Amino acid sequence: MPEGTTPAVPRPPVDQHVDYSVPVGDDVKSTTCYMCACRCGIRVHLKDGRIRYIEGNPDHPVNRGVICGKGSAGIMTQYAPAKLSAPLLRVGERGSGEFKEISWAEAMEIATGWLRQVRETDPRRLAFFTGRDQSQSLTGFWAAQFGTPNFAAHGGFCSVNMAAGGLYTIGGSFWEFGEADWDHAKYVLMFGVAEDHDSNPIKLGISKVKARGAKFVSVNPVRTGYSAVADEWIGIRPGTDGLFALALVHELLRTDQIDLEFLARYTNATWLVVRNPGGADDGLFARDPNGKPLAWDRARGAVDAALADLSPVVIGEQSLPDGRRAVPVFQLLAERYLDAEYAPDAVAERCGVPAATIRRIAAEIADVAFNQPLVLDQPWTDVWGRTHSQTIGRPVAFHAMRGISAHSNGFHTCRALHLVQMLLGAIDTPGSWRYKSPFPRPIPPGPPPAGKGAKPNTPLTGNLLSFPQGPDDLLVDDAGTPLRIDKAFSWEAPLGLHGMMHTVIGNAGADDPYPIDTLFMFMANMAWNSAMNPAEVIRILTDKRADGSYHIPHVIYSDAYFSETVPYADLILPDTTYLERWDCISVLDRPIGSAHGVGDAIRQPVIAPDRDVRPFQDVLIELGARLGLPAFIKEDGSPRFKDYPDYIVNHQRSPGVGPLAGFRGADGNKKGLGEPNPDQLQRYIENGCFWRDQLPPEQQWFKHANQAYLDGAKAMGLIPNTNQVVLQIWSEPLQKFRLAAEGHGERQPPAALRARVARYCDPLPIWYPPLEHEAQDLGHFDLSAITQRPMAMYHSWGSMNAWLRQIHGANRLYMARTKGEALGLSDDDWVFVESRTGKLKCQVKLMEGVNPDTVWTWNAIGKRAGAWGLTEDSPEAVRGFLLNHVISEWLPAQEGFRAANADPVTGQAAWYDLRVRVTRADGPPVSEPHFSTLREPPNAPRRIEILQYLVKAKA
Amino acid sequence: MTCLPDRPPGAPALGLVIDLDTCVGCQACATSCKQWNASGHSGPLPDLHPYSAGAEGVWFNRVHSFEAGEGAAGRTVHFPRSCLHCETPDCVTVCPTGASYKRAEDGIVLVNHDACIGCGLCAWACPYGAREMDEVAGVMKKCTLCVDRIYNETIPEALRQPACVLACPTKARHFGDLADPQSAVSQLVADRGGQALMPDLGYRPVNRYLPPRQRQAESQPIEDQPTPLDIKNPLLRWMGRVLTR
Repeated sequence: MPEGTTPAVPRPPVDQHVDYSVPVGDDVKSTTCYMCACRCGIRVHLKDGRIRYIEGNPDHPVNRGVICGKGSAGIMTQYAPAKLSAPLLRVGERGSGEFKEISWAEAMEIATGWLRQVRETDPRRLAFFTGRDQSQSLTGFWAAQFGTPNFAAHGGFCSVNMAAGGLYTIGGSFWEFGEADWDHAKYVLMFGVAEDHDSNPIKLGISKVKARGAKFVSVNPVRTGYSAVADEWIGIRPGTDGLFALALVHELLRTDQIDLEFLARYTNATWLVVRNPGGADDGLFARDPNGKPLAWDRARGAVDAALADLSPVVIGEQSLPDGRRAVPVFQLLAERYLDAEYAPDAVAERCGVPAATIRRIAAEIADVAFNQPLVLDQPWTDVWGRTHSQTIGRPVAFHAMRGISAHSNGFHTCRALHLVQMLLGAIDTPGSWRYKSPFPRPIPPGPPPAGKGAKPNTPLTGNLLSFPQGPDDLLVDDAGTPLRIDKAFSWEAPLGLHGMMHTVIGNAGADDPYPIDTLFMFMANMAWNSAMNPAEVIRILTDKRADGSYHIPHVIYSDAYFSETVPYADLILPDTTYLERWDCISVLDRPIGSAHGVGDAIRQPVIAPDRDVRPFQDVLIELGARLGLPAFIKEDGSPRFKDYPDYIVNHQRSPGVGPLAGFRGADGNKKGLGEPNPDQLQRYIENGCFWRDQLPPEQQWFKHANQAYLDGAKAMGLIPNTNQVVLQIWSEPLQKFRLAAEGHGERQPPAALRARVARYCDPLPIWYPPLEHEAQDLGHFDLSAITQRPMAMYHSWGSMNAWLRQIHGANRLYMARTKGEALGLSDDDWVFVESRTGKLKCQVKLMEGVNPDTVWTWNAIGKRAGAWGLTEDSPEAVRGFLLNHVISEWLPAQEGFRAANADPVTGQAAWYDLRVRVTRADGPPVSEPHFSTLREPPNAPRRIEILQYLVKAKA
Repeated sequence: MTCLPDRPPGAPALGLVIDLDTCVGCQACATSCKQWNASGHSGPLPDLHPYSAGAEGVWFNRVHSFEAGEGAAGRTVHFPRSCLHCETPDCVTVCPTGASYKRAEDGIVLVNHDACIGCGLCAWACPYGAREMDEVAGVMKKCTLCVDRIYNETIPEALRQPACVLACPTKARHFGDLADPQSAVSQLVADRGGQALMPDLGYRPVNRYLPPRQRQAESQPIEDQPTPLDIKNPLLRWMGRVLTR
């Protein structure tokens, strides 16, 4: 129930002009919002089959009844004229927009034909990439069944640095797999948080934190949104958060304000690291004959680090029984970060943050953690069987997201933030950052990625996007050449956990590492705002070989709307809207769990499509059956699943484990593990389209070492064993990659990549300037340029919406007033923005609350003329712009090697590394580059000049 | 001209309390208002040129974002603006037809669309910019405090609140009787020093804005006191530390 102030309004006054009790509608259905990726619960009121009103579901664990500016505008997304209305087949050249409408039967025949030929010859020649796809547990599985390693969704250009940084360090992560303890935190430190991720939970949380009088500090180059209501805004220079974090580490160590007991119990701080410079075991953990890591016990010497009665020594080089030398992880970290290079005075200028501020923040978080512990009278039992009478928290909560992630140093920056949390003992304690179930998971969580040995008509076994432990798990051939088209899990991006969608088309255009036949995409606007360089993507999609055939022979695209990418595909499979289909927010993917327990959710159709469109997941399942993918057909070759809901209920990934964890078993009473329940979806609907397990209070904290929690999670099939999840300050998988780069082991990086792998696969967090900055004149390109996400628009998902586009119809380039005035600029003046690879033209707006060396704009407001159902005179196309046009997808080539403009560990697209120069512009008041107007699809609805939306019930 | 009703002392004055301390400018109040009212008492709320240049619609609730003060010392302010349901509003008294009216019993200011001639005088009279002209119907429209929600017996009691209040993700909006000093909203105003907007103009707005809370103080700057770094080997302090599980 919303916690708003309940009014005391007795009875309505007599007023002949007012009907007080008009029913809201004639029906109301629960489902899950998809106006952004946050997965809030909504209730959709209907009248005569049309939408009357969309409200937040008060019972839903994600949003608890509230709903954001986007979610409240869902009506206009549903009824937007930009909706595609029938399957389309290209009849002109790519980009011409000349399509004809075809039947679904014909569309499925064509798609099946192209895909079958690929599967029968070389399945790798299918590149199947989806966008902000919430059905990845299906799409990824389908790709593996097809037999191609070339699958991913949008994570590679969004948040893989946060996922990888977290999952390889603490066994959870910011946002998806963790959350701040908004109910208890006394100090919240937020880094680089885009305003559209986890938005309602964060907003609810901020209101609680502020009501409680806890301090809220926002570190962000721009003071909008959350930063605007922070107690303190730290306008850091983009890409230097890692340096800031490591200076905090330095200060905490220097002043000895660390939770050494937490480190000894819950992290690998005590584990012994072999010191053997030049040796093949240098930097690996010293282990006993059973492979168990060793620690140095004060009385007994080298012993199993997991022993309950360990009294560890954290400083000092020791001699192992076999004669090798080893030091505890803690010593390695203390030695590194006590170095003066990490002192606040040494980093202040680069961060754009005074040294005194860094010292003060360190002192403040230490004071809260150690002098103001949060003590709950809640007993719990640890993995050593000891019951603690109380749960003691370090109430400093961190949250970080896109502003950390979208830099080429983001992986290490994320690890650096987790290191600060570990030093404070502020992981999964009352008041700190907490795991969202089903996390924590083992570090790293799972088996290595599938993708080796692709061959015709043969599925790949396992998950395509999974977790390498070392060089042997990389997807490279014997020469070190990538096996995937995007080069994820290769030496260029060894922890490319989410794939690298941003390199797929560029690599395919260069036949590097091999040509592809069919590019199959779902809801990814790669010819516009989802590409780092849209013009280059368009060039490749329209590029032809000498024989006149397209370089990428087939492009299949599924979307619900006429985006900028549609005209560049050959076959369009029109999708339904989020209110017209089933979906599954699956525990096999990224569910809606919270610190209070695991959970998942569904979407159900709340209205029927009025067009010849089909839910993409239904289409994919049918394609799977037509192609004979084993998991999608029965023994007799007939389709195994009727449609997506049938799959959601009846698919079993392993015995008893399906897409949904709730209401399993014949009678619906099992959770996690259980046979399929034919009434499962109905049970979800009755429960508001979500399911949530509530952890008992003794299982809610210290889950990484909480025996009752681990036992319960294992019983539900969430984790493979009940072992303590030991937090990894020193990352052995990274050291294994580094050792390979130094010439050890069978799998080693190619010569051109050795130095890079050795440098960036550091087992402790490091900071380095964004890679993009290394090869250019930072005096000439004197400004960092980034985007922020408006709270009322999600990427390109809002411009077709008649209400949202009135809020954000054209964007400006925001710059510090001091900088702008020095250039003689005032608001709405036109400027050129040049980078090393491109130039754009836009309007400026001067402001105070921005780091003076940074310019920024709202993301994805600029639209190509003709797209999204807008006329070509729309401000989105005339004055709107994308920074994407001056971002390169590649770093400058070095010695013949063309590296992606990405994090060298994870492959995360480094959008925010951009450097630009701003100068006054002349000429007509139109943003540049200005692309030709897209031709609308056949039978696009006439655009109305007056919209009078009204769905009224009678009293 | 239209008369204001006789409002006995203590008569309910329904209105909103808006917390500028936690408003992050997300526009949830604006779009939730738009969707409720588009099909509500005053609907439709037309949008002109919805898919081309010059898109402009009727909104009862608009959020303005601006900066105050210079440099890092300044602040970014998100300011939601809607009808304040004044006790003595000129927007009512200027109305030549009686279409604009303030209700005696709960203080809500409404427009009788059947009597409105769209002359626009009320919009001129309102210094808060709270009036919205429906160019299609030729009548003036405005925030109704969701009069078709707050008394609506078909809606669960806890949800009989304006749409903007229910939607607000930072709980920055509150609805209630501001004439009742014991009401939760009045208490909130008292506790937080809630303020009327431009009271000098004399219209006695009912809605209140809660100013930003005092920011949490920065601790005193840390002097670079002698530190373990000055010890020859700072690692030594952890060497003898006895730790247990």
